[in-house]
Amino acid sequence: MELLYALTLGVLTMSGVYLMLRARTFPVVVGLTLISYAVNLFLFAMGRLHTGMPPVIGQVAAHTDPLPQALVLTAIVIGFGMTAFSLVLALRAQGELDNDHVDGRGGQ
Amino acid sequence: MDHLAVVPIILPMFCGALLLLAGPRRLRLKRILGLLATLLQLPLAILLMGQATGGLQVYAAGNWAPPFGIVLVVDHLAALMLLVSAVLAAAAMLYAVRGNDALGAHFHALFQFQLMGINGAFLTGDLFNLFVFFEILLIASYALLLHGTGSARVRSGLHYVVLNLFGSALFLIAVGTLYGVLGTLNMADLSQRVAQLAPADIPLVGAAAMLLLVVFGLKAAVFPLYFWLPRAYAAATPPVAALFAIMTKVGIYSILRVYTQIFGESAAGPLAQLADAWLWPAGLLTLVLGSIGALAASTLNGLVAYLLLVSVGTLLAGLAMNSHAALVGSLFYLVHSTWICGALFLLAGVLSRCRGWRFVGRLVPGPALPRPTLFGGLFFLAAISVIGLPPLSGFVGKLLLLRAAGTGIAAAWFYSLLLGSGLLALIAMSRAGTTLFWRIDPAAPPGEPLDRVRLLAAVALLLCSPLLVVFAEPLLGYLDATAAQLLEPSGYTRQVLGGRGR
Repeated sequence: MELLYALTLGVLTMSGVYLMLRARTFPVVVGLTLISYAVNLFLFAMGRLHTGMPPVIGQVAAHTDPLPQALVLTAIVIGFGMTAFSLVLALRAQGELDNDHVDGRGGQ
Repeated sequence: MDHLAVVPIILPMFCGALLLLAGPRRLRLKRILGLLATLLQLPLAILLMGQATGGLQVYAAGNWAPPFGIVLVVDHLAALMLLVSAVLAAAAMLYAVRGNDALGAHFHALFQFQLMGINGAFLTGDLFNLFVFFEILLIASYALLLHGTGSARVRSGLHYVVLNLFGSALFLIAVGTLYGVLGTLNMADLSQRVAQLAPADIPLVGAAAMLLLVVFGLKAAVFPLYFWLPRAYAAATPPVAALFAIMTKVGIYSILRVYTQIFGESAAGPLAQLADAWLWPAGLLTLVLGSIGALAASTLNGLVAYLLLVSVGTLLAGLAMNSHAALVGSLFYLVHSTWICGALFLLAGVLSRCRGWRFVGRLVPGPALPRPTLFGGLFFLAAISVIGLPPLSGFVGKLLLLRAAGTGIAAAWFYSLLLGSGLLALIAMSRAGTTLFWRIDPAAPPGEPLDRVRLLAAVALLLCSPLLVVFAEPLLGYLDATAAQLLEPSGYTRQVLGGRGR
């Protein structure tokens, strides 16, 4: 499972970085979203990967670390707000600069 | 234990929420509330500074004992940074209430949220909360940067937002790795565990530490991560640009905090003093490139933005020297450069208004200014302070840093580059001053009349520079204690982990 998980993270990050280098606002926002997915999964994995272990003390014999889950929850909320903001900003840039290049230069 | 430590975060949070409720109209009410909340930060910061001199204060939120709960730590450094940001914010707010706040609906709320993020970043004793407060101050700063309209602002805003979002992703990866290996994010606890790290874990923790350095370097605008700064700061409205003068210092504060207390001398093996080898060349290069940029700037705001970059480079080189004397000099220079760059942004704003919308801060011959002697005098004062000529605070700061450099090949580099950058700044400021005050185009239409309150805000901040010289002795005493506290992280660790909450 660890290998599959690691590969997923790698592919997500790779695609995200590729899209961020596209220099058009929409791919950049999608790329940022993919990277933030990868980061959230990575944070979650830092509590180690287990199956059938709830993050509750006393209910079951073995419990998993609840802190990474709390961290991920915070990170998801923040990432969500930031993505929404960057989308609005990208739309505004499109309206104001008449094109979707990240430098606002237009061209091809 | 009292709750004073949490007030610098709670107060702007509640005021910001109240200001949101006030809706898009009722500007007068919002101005009064915003100004009051910002001015209240001043006595608060002074009170906390007084508490910090009595000893380190630990505030455990919800009485969850560290390292498990969320802690706020008021030490010398945090209290000093609170005061620096409070003074800067008060002046910026005074300037903004004269009309810059009417360009958009929620200026005052955003301003308060920005203050909350800045204060929180200084106070927190936990790496993840540092991330959270970074995000709060960043999201407020995105909106403040775009405040008012203009395509230059949208374009530079887009770069700023995308870069910082990517920086946040790196921050989370670093924090996650640290937690995965060390099992804690409390700074005091981290410091202890990094000191007793098993050799097998050192490379992983080192990688996380370097990632953190990249993130903080991006916030601090260090070479090669500074390209977003000049355009973004030059495009922002004057009070926002002035407030942003503290934002690069938040990055520098984080570098100082993490790389002296967690990855400082006590850290295991190659992790000790990890950042110094990188900060030294990066700081000096930032210094050089900032000076060249200042020479090439075509607007007054752009010039000030590059001077801010010069101060960042100077500070990082000072931190990389990593001695008690260098730390004291750097902290003094930090206080000075934040205030003087803020004052210059405000002064540039007043000047631009008097030159009219067609000329604003562009360094071309424009209309005659209304009060040439007054303006010229103020510009001269600001210039000699930011360049570092006697008798103002820039000189004291640079002198302390140069004395701390000692002798040797590293000192030779530092001397020549710091003094050379001073010369370049002198040339750039003289050129800007002559263009603004002496090269007058008689055909140009005059701009707006002089706004006394806006000028007062700029002058108040500018006067901090001579005050820093007059009160240099008590301040240096305080900074001495700050540096001693920073270079002895075991005391910090013991007090944070030993003090069991409220």
